[in-house]
Amino acid sequence: MAWFPGKDSPLKCMNSIAKKPLTWMEQRTGLATHIRGFLFEEIPASAGWPQVFGSVALFLFLTQALTGILLAFNYSPTPGDAYGSLTYIVREVSAGKMMRGLHHWGASLMVVVVAVHMIQVFLYGAYKKPREATWMAGAVLLLLTLAFGLTGYLLPWDNRSYWGTMVTTRLVGQVPLVGSYLSNLIGAGNGIGVVTFSRFYAFHTVILPAVMVGTIAIHVYLVKRHGVTPRAADSRPTRKFYPSQAYRDTVAIFIAFVALFFMAAMVDVPLEGIANPTDATYVPRPEWYFLFLFQALKYFHGALEPIGSIGLPTAAVIALFAVPFVDRGSARVVSRRAVAIGIVLLGIGTWCALTATAIAGTPKTRSGGTAEQKWTQFSPEEVAAVGYFRNENCGRCHNLGAGEPKPGPNLTGLQRRRTAEWLMQHFTTADPKRQAGREAFPIAEANALGALSTKLTPDSAAILDNEPAELAKGAQIYISDGCGGCHKVNGSGGEIGPPLNGVSERHSEDWMRRHFASPSAMSPGSIMPPYQFSKADEAAIISYLSSLPD
Amino acid sequence: MQERRDGQQETSRRGFLAAGIYGLGSIIAGSLGITSALYLLRGPRKKRGTEWADAADASVLRAGAPAKITFNRTRVDGWKISNQKDTAWLIRNVDGSLTAFSPLCTHLGCAYQWRAEAGPSKNGAFVCPCHGSSFSRTGQVITGPANRPLDRYEVKREGERIWLGSLVKTPRSNA
Repeated sequence: MAWFPGKDSPLKCMNSIAKKPLTWMEQRTGLATHIRGFLFEEIPASAGWPQVFGSVALFLFLTQALTGILLAFNYSPTPGDAYGSLTYIVREVSAGKMMRGLHHWGASLMVVVVAVHMIQVFLYGAYKKPREATWMAGAVLLLLTLAFGLTGYLLPWDNRSYWGTMVTTRLVGQVPLVGSYLSNLIGAGNGIGVVTFSRFYAFHTVILPAVMVGTIAIHVYLVKRHGVTPRAADSRPTRKFYPSQAYRDTVAIFIAFVALFFMAAMVDVPLEGIANPTDATYVPRPEWYFLFLFQALKYFHGALEPIGSIGLPTAAVIALFAVPFVDRGSARVVSRRAVAIGIVLLGIGTWCALTATAIAGTPKTRSGGTAEQKWTQFSPEEVAAVGYFRNENCGRCHNLGAGEPKPGPNLTGLQRRRTAEWLMQHFTTADPKRQAGREAFPIAEANALGALSTKLTPDSAAILDNEPAELAKGAQIYISDGCGGCHKVNGSGGEIGPPLNGVSERHSEDWMRRHFASPSAMSPGSIMPPYQFSKADEAAIISYLSSLPD
Repeated sequence: MQERRDGQQETSRRGFLAAGIYGLGSIIAGSLGITSALYLLRGPRKKRGTEWADAADASVLRAGAPAKITFNRTRVDGWKISNQKDTAWLIRNVDGSLTAFSPLCTHLGCAYQWRAEAGPSKNGAFVCPCHGSSFSRTGQVITGPANRPLDRYEVKREGERIWLGSLVKTPRSNA
């Protein structure tokens, strides 16, 4: 039993070399027979280039599976490590940037190819009896492809993914009757956090791939059972899939692969600063293929919002599944399917108009702050880091944001030029050749400066540059005394004690002073230890806590 | 004659198509294969310089016996940077220079100990409890199964402080 198809294969010499093991394999598994069954399947004589997209979509899915598995070799799926490990992949791992590029752009290309495949099937009326189930399996595959995009969007854990997913999870919460249950299912019942991240990762890497493989198997089985749809009035004898159609499929796959490879090599995949839940000015945007939905929602206000967010997408999905049952006519000649052509043109036109409007309305700097943004919205570490920056005279060589040129680089945008490990090494070692007269920083200072350097934007730098010295000192005391281990400030910190935002609206300064001296006396049952501050330190930390917005 | 010519043309056409399928398929498989191999098998691109750690005070050195020291060093492990404890065996050589050995046996990585009564002349040796390898105070193999000397840290002295740098793997040929 020859493994390679036909006597005309250029690898036919392999037949004799591989004959024994392949015969052994064939006798036990029938694998070669199955493969030959696929390759020498009878297809209509009219099949040609329009029928290549299904194979391209399958190839792209396999590429996504390969690159996804390889990314998982270096990716750490927790909010604490995800961003760092992805930065490591992109900046340090050999071919890591390429691998992420293949996975990211492969996802976009897969959406395009699956959509084109469905449009081709729709225009050719290939969903008609007896192929209704094949169409519906294809519709499920389209939804699964979009679900992959949606769940994968959170995994880089940068600001873009955090705030984009925030919108997605809120939309899920709007589903009538079951919204809260669905929120709990995706781990967003209590906001976006570690549970949400784990659920999205589980969906993206365990559940969706399994469902996808199963649905592809059903889809391919149905295609094989009913055969490729012949063009109307095609009475010519059928022919084999191999080699003519296999050649067309391979050429189409090759073109898609070359496009993907060049995109991965030439176009940078977006990676913004690490997810910052305290960034109150971020304007989130979904992935480009969801922009139309994002824009459409802007036209539904108040009570009508669920119609735009839930009603229309649900109606679209129902319509997709209903297509074979609504259109029962026998017309399969594309030129005679004016309604089908009209629906496709209307759909593409609407999609393009909404997407273009959304792109036109996208702010140029996504992570920028505004004049309304107060420096008090930063984490204690970032506020304290500005104090360290001043105490250590970093300003001799560096600017936080804009300013007169100095010997060292501007700290804004440093995260794109230096890795986190480089920054830590820079902060924790004294190198007389580079930094005359500078000592190594203690680890807490280095951590705070590292946190600041990896998040700084031109706008936030301008705000932090004007930070009052006493508040910086208060934040430094907050950090050095480990207050963040139990308390949350601006979304950052522990949850053992109460959050401290708005504490000045709940308690007077005198109450805070007495609380530091004897927490259990002021808050019965409190496990907080007493703190003895100097007058100046006490004034600084009370000033800092009093400045925190509610 | 005509049929034969048609048959030859068909064979030639099928050969061309098959060559296209295998050729393009090989390019795709090769490109993905090479990218995957680079990603999995080649180490990270960045090579780091020596990171010196302030490890010990010179007073820990005792005449004639190696001293086991514990010190803190910054470890860059993939995307993680941590300040972790490390151990080394520090010994003052006859000429006054210092040697710092990695605390792991070069056979299979067990932690060895200094035994003052071990060694061929009963004047002390590093002995591994796992498979019995032993090393002299200069790190050379006395008994196997270890087949190369103990690995060493770069070491320097600044005043009374001893600094340890990168770990240098000792090649087998020095054994």
